[in-house]
Amino acid sequence: MNVQTEPKRSKEELIDKLTQPDLITGSEILLRSLLLEGVDCVFGYPGGAVLYIYDAMHGFDDFNHLLTRHEQGAIHAADGYARSTGKVGVCIATSGPGATNLVTGIATAYMDSVPLVVITGNVATNFIGTDAFQEADITGITMPITKHSYLVRDVKDLPRIIHEAFHIANTGRKGPVLIDIPKDVSAHKTIFKPVTEVNIRGYNPTVQPNKMQVDKLIKAIEEAEHPIILAGGGVVYADASNELIEFVNKTQIPVATTLLGLSGFPSAHELWLGMPGMHGTYTANTAIQNADLIISIGSRFDDRVTMNLNGFAPKVKTIAHIDVDPAEIGKNVKTDIPCVGDVKAVLEYANTKAKPANNAAWIAELQENKVKFPLKYDQTETELKPQFVVEMISETTKGEAIITTDVGQHQMWAAQFYRFKNPRSLVTSGGLGTMGFGFPSAIGAQMGNPDKLVVSINGDGGVQMCAQELAICAINNIPVKIVIINNQVLGMVRQWQEIIYENRYSHIDLAGSPDFVKLAEAYGVKGLRATTKEEARRVWQEALDTPGPVVIDFVVPKGENVFPMVKAGDTISDMLMGDSE
Amino acid sequence: MTTKHTVSVLVNNQPGVLQRVSGLFGRRGFNIESITVGESEENGLSRMVIVTTGDDNTLEQISKQLYKLVDVIKVVDLSANPMVARELALIKVNAEPIMRPEILGIVETFRAAVVDIGPASLIVQVVGDSDKIDAMVELLRPYGIRELSRTGVTAMIRGSVK
Ligand SMILES: Cc1ncc(C[n+]2csc(CCOP(=O)(O)OP(=O)(O)O)c2C)c(N)n1
Repeated sequence: MNVQTEPKRSKEELIDKLTQPDLITGSEILLRSLLLEGVDCVFGYPGGAVLYIYDAMHGFDDFNHLLTRHEQGAIHAADGYARSTGKVGVCIATSGPGATNLVTGIATAYMDSVPLVVITGNVATNFIGTDAFQEADITGITMPITKHSYLVRDVKDLPRIIHEAFHIANTGRKGPVLIDIPKDVSAHKTIFKPVTEVNIRGYNPTVQPNKMQVDKLIKAIEEAEHPIILAGGGVVYADASNELIEFVNKTQIPVATTLLGLSGFPSAHELWLGMPGMHGTYTANTAIQNADLIISIGSRFDDRVTMNLNGFAPKVKTIAHIDVDPAEIGKNVKTDIPCVGDVKAVLEYANTKAKPANNAAWIAELQENKVKFPLKYDQTETELKPQFVVEMISETTKGEAIITTDVGQHQMWAAQFYRFKNPRSLVTSGGLGTMGFGFPSAIGAQMGNPDKLVVSINGDGGVQMCAQELAICAINNIPVKIVIINNQVLGMVRQWQEIIYENRYSHIDLAGSPDFVKLAEAYGVKGLRATTKEEARRVWQEALDTPGPVVIDFVVPKGENVFPMVKAGDTISDMLMGDSE
Repeated sequence: MTTKHTVSVLVNNQPGVLQRVSGLFGRRGFNIESITVGESEENGLSRMVIVTTGDDNTLEQISKQLYKLVDVIKVVDLSANPMVARELALIKVNAEPIMRPEILGIVETFRAAVVDIGPASLIVQVVGDSDKIDAMVELLRPYGIRELSRTGVTAMIRGSVK
């Protein structure tokens, strides 16, 4: 199979076949429903409780099913697919251990509002609650980390439930929805009639904003001298990047983008200040601390952004908050102008009224800061620096690649040094900070974007958490470029131990890691290594020229730290700037 | 200012919905003083009445977070309105025959009822707001309470239909 499989039949033929009223099993209903929802790729792993479903998939080629090597790989792949395409990601796992292996991935998607439909098998309904073989109460276990969940008790409910699940996952504030299907339900037959409407009484997300509130925001902009926009993942998820750019161009308000918001606003825009927060730029953090008006757009005042709330934005007079989830408003900071609604809809309306703010002096000051305090690292040595690797990837891909990252220092360097151009081009675990996410999420991103270059940037620690998925890349020829920033340690932990725990390096040494080139080769994937700048350039070009998957092991020194840094508990005024200052 | 709030939550009568609601309170650090659930006026919907403490911000968050649950249809802060709140308690109290007249005196004053008589004990049933039940319990305590079971508060807004 190649990533770019041609459809086996026309869409019309398929829909015609799928919508015939037939007496079919729950498993077949599931497959037909998935197709009707437009699913083209599913990530999964079989087991006893989903065998009817897998049996129904035998010889079925209307969508791709990728057999990952761990359920965690499957769900992170589904997540990467969803974040990079805006479509719902789907994964399937069996009951008990299969389902519990999904928990980290579900929590990851929940924290970052990623639309997933997670299908788990369960023991037959008459066994539920008996501690049967491979039984786990997965709806109970995942209640706090799903947007909604279903335990299907009757096959007749299945078409409605699947349709509702897709609707809930990908509307309002997006999120993972779990459907737990007992084995007998997947075997029972009923007449299938596709469900095309949803009517969920307790679920009516607010899309259109209250215009009066937006008008207030427009007025606040007119009165502000030091306004700043804090743009988050909500901008990306609402596909509102263009509206944000228009809003910024009209109002001339500078923008700081959070980690998840990075790809939502072009790094090349002159009013972009960088990322705020713990490893944010000097300019973004200082701007927040001096702002009189903060407009949060699809961003939730996460503590990695605000740091100590007691010292956050001490000069702010007005906080406006645009968010589709009313519960975010006032959750962490007091909000003066709440604008509940879909970010795109809110900005569309705001753009009809927006006028330039009166803030030329403010912009000049921030521009000066950008020049005086850029992100930098020691470039004099011949040593291969991790930041250099990211810059090189950024330049050679012209910011056009889809970047997925794992969690740690490399993630922050990717955030700091990659120049993003397009929305949905950064796939990273922000809220949960899940190691093991970077590589499998790239597989999903590539499946969803067969024509784009997908580069996964990982640490040598995290890449080992899901390295088994190299098999998927090899057998399916999924051409992701798997970058390892190999500093031989758990780098981010090392940094904290150095700076906060007085150099007491406790259990961070990754000695015993495999030779990553050989590891790649063992899976039938090309492996390359670089230890100098020059090698790095050559090897990276070779990777780009290689049509299939490649693992590139960039061996870097272990002492490098991410700066600026705000220590936990400090305010964002207390930035450590590093030695090179 | 932290005060007591009585919140009524109309929910789909689905398996797991109590877990969703109580789990949300636990996870978000909201306090539950009591929680009662039962059928509502509408088929398929249940009503939960939750007594909680917190300031106005907490209460606002409780309501917003509850609305995020797909099975939650309506959330009303009853205590923001004139309301009727009632709780029922069964109190099994030591009552040798010689003590009974005294205990019955208390029961009468409180317009409670004796619903069972044993050789050395009585079961007293009392209905009222929580303060009244607290008072009753305190008065009976000197006789020796063997068992106490309270239902938690259920409540409604007076008059106007909500
Ligand atoms: C599953 C999981 N376990 C532990 C952590 C805590 N943690 C955060 S960063 C980090 C170190 C990551 O090391 P590495 O993957 O080598 O990346 P580096 O920081 O060196 O770039 C750890 C252990 C985490 N985020 N996720």
